[in-house]
Amino acid sequence: MSMPTTAERPFTVDRSLLIRRLREVLPAQALLFEEEDLRPYDCDGLTAFRQLPLLVALPEDEVQVQAILRICHELRAPVVARGAATGLSGGATPHPDGVLVALAKLKKIIRVDPVSRTAVVQPGVRNLAVSEAAAPYGLYYAPDPSSQIACTIGGNVAENSGGVHCLKYGLTVHNVLRVRGLSIEGEIVEFGNAALDAPGYDLLALINGSEGLLALITEVTVKLTPKPELAQVVVASFADVRRAGDAVASIIAAGIIPAGLEMMDRRAILAVEPYANAGYDMDAEALLLCESDGTPEEVAEEIGRMTTVLEKSGAAGIRVSQNEAERLRFWAGRKAAFPAVGRLTPDYLCMDGTIPRKHLADMLEAIATLSGKYALRCANVFHAGDGNLHPLIMYDANQPGELERATAFGAEILELSIHFGGTITGEHGVGIEKIDLMAEQFTLAEIGAFHRLKAAFDEHGLLNPGKGVPTLARCREYTLARVGGEQNPTNPMNAPRR
Amino acid sequence: MQTHLADFIKDTPAGREADAILRSCVHCGFCNATCPTFQLLGDELDGPRGRIYLIKEMLEGQPVTARTQLHLDRCLTCRACESTCPSGVNYHRLYEIGRAVMEQRVPRSLAARATRLLLREALPRRWMFKPAVRLGQLLRPLLPGVLADKVPRPAGARIGGGPQPAAHPRRMVALAGCVQPTLAPNTNAATARVLDRLGIELVEVAGAACCGALRYHLDAREQALDDMRRVIDAWWPELESGRVEGFVMTASGCGGHVREYAALLKHDPAYADKAARIAAMTRDASEVLAAEQPRLLELLRAARAGVGERVAFHSPCTLQHAQKIRGVVEALLTAAGYPLSPVADAHLCCGSAGTYSLTQPVLARQLRDHKLAALHAGSPDLLATANVGCQMHLQSGSTLPVRHWIELIDERLRAAS
Ligand SMILES: Cc1cc2nc3c(=O)[nH]c(=O)nc-3n(C[C@H](O)[C@H](O)[C@H](O)COP(=O)(O)OP(=O)(O)OC[C@H]3O[C@@H](n4cnc5c(N)ncnc54)[C@H](O)[C@@H]3O)c2cc1C
Ligand code: SF4
Ligand code: SF4
Repeated sequence: MSMPTTAERPFTVDRSLLIRRLREVLPAQALLFEEEDLRPYDCDGLTAFRQLPLLVALPEDEVQVQAILRICHELRAPVVARGAATGLSGGATPHPDGVLVALAKLKKIIRVDPVSRTAVVQPGVRNLAVSEAAAPYGLYYAPDPSSQIACTIGGNVAENSGGVHCLKYGLTVHNVLRVRGLSIEGEIVEFGNAALDAPGYDLLALINGSEGLLALITEVTVKLTPKPELAQVVVASFADVRRAGDAVASIIAAGIIPAGLEMMDRRAILAVEPYANAGYDMDAEALLLCESDGTPEEVAEEIGRMTTVLEKSGAAGIRVSQNEAERLRFWAGRKAAFPAVGRLTPDYLCMDGTIPRKHLADMLEAIATLSGKYALRCANVFHAGDGNLHPLIMYDANQPGELERATAFGAEILELSIHFGGTITGEHGVGIEKIDLMAEQFTLAEIGAFHRLKAAFDEHGLLNPGKGVPTLARCREYTLARVGGEQNPTNPMNAPRR
Repeated sequence: MQTHLADFIKDTPAGREADAILRSCVHCGFCNATCPTFQLLGDELDGPRGRIYLIKEMLEGQPVTARTQLHLDRCLTCRACESTCPSGVNYHRLYEIGRAVMEQRVPRSLAARATRLLLREALPRRWMFKPAVRLGQLLRPLLPGVLADKVPRPAGARIGGGPQPAAHPRRMVALAGCVQPTLAPNTNAATARVLDRLGIELVEVAGAACCGALRYHLDAREQALDDMRRVIDAWWPELESGRVEGFVMTASGCGGHVREYAALLKHDPAYADKAARIAAMTRDASEVLAAEQPRLLELLRAARAGVGERVAFHSPCTLQHAQKIRGVVEALLTAAGYPLSPVADAHLCCGSAGTYSLTQPVLARQLRDHKLAALHAGSPDLLATANVGCQMHLQSGSTLPVRHWIELIDERLRAAS
């Protein structure tokens, strides 16, 4: 494995001392250090990066997390937080000299308050579990990443995750009121406030999307949303992707804000249907899922308008969910799309660029061309409403050269995203995967500002080193390599693998 | 997922199968969310994604020790992970292949070997098992799922005491089961009565009793395959005669296993075809009833039994995950006038899982108590399930009666007569 180069590994950690100290504060089964036990922790949802951690710690409460942090800080050992490891940018990829702190055992829902419509949860609580706990009160937690069955609230905050309903209800940052965390020194830090606004800087926005670089999140207060009286989803099929892309722009242009607006292309549909039995149109080149929620009158009116726009945009077929079970089935297909693509290919890279909606159709065509160029198939699943693309580049890690081709393919997509006026990440974070492309997106001065911010929280750079923000040296190397037209030698994906 | 299987297994049929399964896993982690042991323990190594990884490492030739064994032993083989996996990963086959390798690589302690030997030798033998049952609580938790032994019955015997039901032109064969006749004798009898009302004769065939699941899951594969061949031998004349429509399973643990016969015996030239045909003709009792729904509804209407007790139904893993039969029993109970009380986390295992309650007593008990809490939450009058193992396991912790659902249908129909 290749990950951090020696220049980025200034850590000299005394492993046996670290183990000895951690054993004093953790129960025996909560500390893993034999290679056999560490292996299954060597990657997250981005399997192209694998790295054995030095140790894995499985704390059971905040006190233990604090003790771990204090020891790591004292011994200058890196700390990588891990939730459910569903992340797709390698945010939870371990550090070879560091402790991977897996937070899955911190999964208490501390309270659900139907009056203030909030819930206070530990970081290892699964996203869906929050909505399940709120359901008896007619409430739910709005951000719903497709991984919501498994991903944790801590991971959601760290990645500022989105979901199919974020077009209308906002990302994680818009649905979190307060975050309690621990600094690398083990000090409690509070971000935000139970009230809607708070005096001073808005540090809450800072912790959302911080990718484990600023603090370990130990408690989150989330906002709960009343369940709409009714929700219905329109599934429109299209005979070509360009029309589907244009239909998305037309819906938004018509002043409609759907509760969700998602797109899948033919490959994705074919992968998903056998799992979900959603009844999707198997002849379609693209499907749009467009949801309306509110009172029955509002929904009827909005569905009518959506249908009109979709028909005008050339939809070949339109179905409207007739009951809640059918609506959930239509969504289940979309939500399982990434892993369902695993039926078509042993491995995939899931990209995460965001572009202005009006370029969707152009982007899809460009991706089709690149697919030919790299001789790799690509399935497309989009949060179309906010222009967030998830091309799934299919490859076979057992075939030499395919990962490298997939990586180059992905990099071209992200460069195109920037070219179309978009960004390299919509919701999956930078992690380790897109770290070089940060140099494409930001100037050196901007990157320098990120480093100063990080240093204010974590002077020694112990929290998730090598992720999120590239070193300035790495940026320069990347830029040089790009100018030279070669593959970037420092990109971990380009180096030989184990 | 990338794989580099080691030479010792790479080019074997098992190696190729394992490789294909491993490669279909994309490491998304969805399965961890519904895994009972991951929920309890919160360690990647105790969830399906981690177990898949542990097996991968072992098949790639990495050293394995009791550490890997511990986490594989903790797996209930409930297959909830398969229901959840969008990528269609065939976890249980990978697990079986991995276990077989592990048994060769990692020695067990003398005590562990003795326990496992006792389980797989004593339980399938009625003369040892019956007194053991009388011995009571000690062995009670391990009866679940143990479906073995030969129940001596005359060939093609009708089931259930009382007046002999009329012979019908339609005929199906039930598996006697081994622990079921001792612990829940009414299950097959009730099934026979219900089918009789539907115009189907139900018989048992001597020699077909132990489906082989017990020994299979205790890593006695060869013996287990013999058990399976015995069932096939016993049933084959019935099948050949053309008189039977199908094989009816009243314990979903058995049913799940018999349905696997095709896969398990596919490399045995003498039995592969027979196994495939029998597996294809195997039905859970609920599927048989669902197929006869119009007639059943008529009978139920005629019975006019009014509203029944409030039932909390526990769907065994072997029913919902292995056989993927979901909502069928629930619909039958509702049609029969039993109000169903809601059950949270219905996908979770009750902890019975064959001999799991003896080999992993701590986890099994936690799972049972969680399951009972979920079942009791809706204040039911009684609990129902579809597998004798779960029935006994749940009964050991509940004061409410735990019945096989077919008994409830039977009672409704009998109310009329
Ligand atoms: C099939 C699939 C579908 C997905 N769909 C979506 C989607 O629709 N929208 C979306 O936004 N994402 C999606 N994702 C990506 C991923 O699920 C999200 O990024 C999720 O928020 C990660 O949560 P996690 O608990 O798995 O975190 P992990 O992957 O474990 O960690 C993610 C990052 O958060 C940090 N972290 C985790 N916990 C803490 C903590 N307590 N304190 C500090 N830092 C922490 C880690 O260090 C890491 O940098 C998908 C992933 C998969 C596999
Ligand atoms: S859900 Fe399936 S693909 Fe995803 S990690 Fe589990 S087994 Fe692998
Ligand atoms: S079979 Fe059950 S216990 Fe085993 S890994 Fe799958 S879900 Fe977990």
